Amino acid sequence: MKKLLLATAATALTAGAVSADEVKVGIILGFTGPIESITPMMGGAAELALKEVNDSGKFLNGDTLVPVRADSTCVDAAAATAAAERLITSDGVVAIMGADCSGVTGAILSNVAVPNGVPMVSPSATSPALSSAEDNGLFFRTAPSDARQGEVLAEILKDKGVGEIAVTYTNNDYGKGLADAFVAAFEGNGGKVTLTAPHEDGKADYSAEIGALASAGGDLLAVFGYTDQGGKGIIQASIDTGAFDTYLMGDGMYGDSLLADLGADMEGTFGTVPWAQGEGTEIFTKLAADNDLNAESSYTRESYDAAALIALAMAAGGEASSAAVAANLLNVANAPGEPIMPGELGKALEILAGGGEIDYVGATGVELIGPGEAAGSYRHYEVKASKFETVEYK
Amino acid sequence: MDFLNALVALSNFVLIPAMTYGSQLALGALGVTLVYGILRFSNFAHGDTMAFGTMSVILFTWLFQSMGISLHPLPTALLAIPFGIAATALLMLGTDRVVYRFYRAQKAKPVIVVMVSLGVMFIYNGLTRFILGAEEQRFMDGERFIIRAREFKEMTGLREGLAFKTTQGLTILTAVVVVIVLFWFLNKTRTGKSMRAFSDNEDLALLSGINPERVVMVTWIIVAALVTIAGTLYGLDKSYKPFTYFQLLLPIFAAAIVGGLGSPVGAIAGGFVIAFSEVAVTYAWKKVLVYLLPESLEPEGLVQLLATEYKFAVSFMILVIVLLIKPTGIFKGKSV
Repeated sequence: MKKLLLATAATALTAGAVSADEVKVGIILGFTGPIESITPMMGGAAELALKEVNDSGKFLNGDTLVPVRADSTCVDAAAATAAAERLITSDGVVAIMGADCSGVTGAILSNVAVPNGVPMVSPSATSPALSSAEDNGLFFRTAPSDARQGEVLAEILKDKGVGEIAVTYTNNDYGKGLADAFVAAFEGNGGKVTLTAPHEDGKADYSAEIGALASAGGDLLAVFGYTDQGGKGIIQASIDTGAFDTYLMGDGMYGDSLLADLGADMEGTFGTVPWAQGEGTEIFTKLAADNDLNAESSYTRESYDAAALIALAMAAGGEASSAAVAANLLNVANAPGEPIMPGELGKALEILAGGGEIDYVGATGVELIGPGEAAGSYRHYEVKASKFETVEYK
Repeated sequence: MDFLNALVALSNFVLIPAMTYGSQLALGALGVTLVYGILRFSNFAHGDTMAFGTMSVILFTWLFQSMGISLHPLPTALLAIPFGIAATALLMLGTDRVVYRFYRAQKAKPVIVVMVSLGVMFIYNGLTRFILGAEEQRFMDGERFIIRAREFKEMTGLREGLAFKTTQGLTILTAVVVVIVLFWFLNKTRTGKSMRAFSDNEDLALLSGINPERVVMVTWIIVAALVTIAGTLYGLDKSYKPFTYFQLLLPIFAAAIVGGLGSPVGAIAGGFVIAFSEVAVTYAWKKVLVYLLPESLEPEGLVQLLATEYKFAVSFMILVIVLLIKPTGIFKGKSV
């Protein structure tokens, strides 16, 4: 028995010695579940950033970053917590790129990340509630909070002179957060919301919901749901009964399949979707294409930026530790310093090693505000001839 | 004018949707009630049988579409229904041969057979997902509307629109035809009479020379036809997803029990009671009342009894009330 214990201990020690120059970064996304169609691109983009850092050979005396994937499921908080627990305790990751959906992100943050002191950078959790979550300075996101989207949507309505609307949202953290933010901003501008009604995803029939919304009335219907779930069902039911003619849509409703399925009745519908433009975005589009990734897929750019920020923060701190990421992430993301585009991570590492400062621009023009979340720019679109036409960027 | 507007709004959001939903529930409840009356157990696999039947219809619809056969302006699925019924009937007869016949021979207590049907439910559940998957499928083609809301407004000059979908018209029409044929079959034909005799008094029916296996076989075939038609109409009118069919089990059972288990007339009445209560209780009556009432009495709020999230709770409430007050249901079925 004693020999066995000794042998195990020895193996563990050697294993530790070998992996001293390997730094593990967790990538926790919903590889199964409602958003499984976009997570492979997101994971791929994050790994692309880590690979770029490794290939430059300039990361902390030649240490290499090793991505470890885990499944957040997007909806099951218990499964996501267990997966994150495994990443930290058994894989020993120093930081987490993730999670994706707002609900599971909040669960991982409070149950696993904060107790273990491991920082998280989410590319896609947008719930306003996460801005005020108890995070000990460990939570960052490269996606903007929906509080901002609510304001942008309210502004658009104000410009159009719409005074009275009905609101429906998907009954989860994302839908509720966005609806609350929007209603507050809209009423702040003097608008009137006739009814705010949640809808459940995955139902066959939304005629009762539409009946109530139509009775409450309004110039148009705001839909904060998912494009292939209840959100589409609500609009379908509204078209069927002629309840509303125009719709205001949140980012979850943006998708080509929606226009393909609902056709001509969507004419004049408008909404917002987080959007990035500029030099960094163009460079990333090319970089992604060279690596078989689709930069247009939702949150692919944000994922690249999230992983790049984790690596750069470690380099700025001079050590591959959780503390270094948490302490330096805001410094590398914001001015002052040399602007860093996607594909220039090697150059950034060089500057940091020389004691200089950088301002990571990345694929989405990263600018972290408040408690460490993207300021966010949105594309205001309108449906014309069954296409999403850009009206302006806000 | 205001009265007409109120009537149109009411038809558009309450009467037509509830009529359609009620017809779909009635067809489903008829199947439950037949199984209960003749085979004497509550068939929990009913919802998933509906999913299976609709799946077969969808597969045949796709086959016809790929062959270029269509019924324009009606949906192609109508052509596929007989084939779907055949596939479902084969499945149900197979299940009866392998599973239910064994328990019938043992004279197992109804509650045991109910648990067996729960097992069958899980098998069907898996079968449907294995063949077609768990996602939503669209198989509706042809003309979507008989009247569009916008056209109605322009035509009549009223402020309220009235939409009437092809599928809603088809559902109501088909339900009427199916019910008439079923009642003619049960009341006028020899086989139908022997089924009713078997349901009323099994021993007496056996003594008078009725072949029980034949009665059981005919029952399964009729139930297969009912579920396939009900499921297809529901899928055409709303959307097809195996999970929503499983969820339909509750309102269907509520309808059958409210009407009186074992009573076909009760199943139809129960279907409409459940559908109208679900829609009317969660409807916001403000719009209709504003048209009808004088200005001084106009309601401030939405006049909504129950938020739409609680739609499914309505079936539960009605079920509880009926079981407390009149356990045999409206039409004096068997007590549960």
